[in-house]
Amino acid sequence: MRLLDFLKGERKKSASVAKERLQIIVAHQRGQRGQPDYMPMLEQELLEVIRRYVKVDQDAINISLDSDNDCSVLELNVTLPNDVEDAKR
Amino acid sequence: MAKIIVVTSGKGGVGKTTSAAAIATGLALRGNKTVVIDFDVGLRNLDLIMGCERRVVYDLVNVIQGEAGLKQALIRDKRTENLHILPASQTRDKEALTLEGVEKVLADLAGEFDYIICDSPAGIERGAQLALYFADEAVVVTNPEVSSVRDSDRILGLLSSKSRRAEQGQDPIKEHLLITRYNPNRVDDGDMLNLEDIREILAIDLVGLIPESEAVLRASNQGVPVIHDDKSDAGQAYADTVSRLMGEDVPLRFQLVQKKGLIARMFGGGNRR
Repeated sequence: MRLLDFLKGERKKSASVAKERLQIIVAHQRGQRGQPDYMPMLEQELLEVIRRYVKVDQDAINISLDSDNDCSVLELNVTLPNDVEDAKR
Repeated sequence: MAKIIVVTSGKGGVGKTTSAAAIATGLALRGNKTVVIDFDVGLRNLDLIMGCERRVVYDLVNVIQGEAGLKQALIRDKRTENLHILPASQTRDKEALTLEGVEKVLADLAGEFDYIICDSPAGIERGAQLALYFADEAVVVTNPEVSSVRDSDRILGLLSSKSRRAEQGQDPIKEHLLITRYNPNRVDDGDMLNLEDIREILAIDLVGLIPESEAVLRASNQGVPVIHDDKSDAGQAYADTVSRLMGEDVPLRFQLVQKKGLIARMFGGGNRR
């Protein structure tokens, strides 16, 4: 089997796949650290409101709360489809 | 003043209790007055790993609820001087633990001991949160496997936000990475995360690397913490870990494939390292 893999050229090792997946998920988890518990709910509801007007994907919304001294910024990022008119329901 | 160390992981079955038993025993063998507490209320197992399951009379919940004194509940280890075990309750549920109760028990123990080792239950619920809340240091037990690494990162988040040190704005809990069940052969084959990858992803200092070893099951079968098996690779790796926890600089071992000699290869040798 090993010899076959070798002849076919190096397949991607499973450990490096694991590493890449973990780097992404851990970065995501860390982004959520210290955020208030209502954030997932807020994200869900905002998405519902936006989808009432524009057809966007479930994962086209990105929301984050950044705190800086005494000022907090709620950042909402929505990727709209290329042709907004077409996407209107 | 006692140092409180929580052994935690998020994920179950990665070796928390094995590690807590080995570390507590190792600290006691080095002359530190040590107590190890099982926080897994309802599913106690530390007593089995320590080999004192038939001597449990009172437990942590009895002490918290005032049904027994601390002295009555503490079990003196038969093999190791300076070592005591405080078992968890088998019949109650996790709600029986209170923050105030745990605080009082830890404060009372702190007067008598140098090290208090808290063996956390799996998960991130109440029992796990109480086990880590009062900690000064944390040993995060991680297997070289995706779900374990992700759960360890979740626990790191709790350590930095939901602990007494975090809430009172003191110095943060000192976090240590303990990698267990490491198999250098599989790492070499590219089918297991290597220790550098795990350290890079979790971004905390490595305190120990325990190779996957037959000695661990042998030890738990017998109820003798694996650190007593000083001929075994796992026993030696835990001894190194204890030295590092005590602040010594010890080089890492067992991270590379052990080359077998000709004779070992001819006769099979096994993994009785």
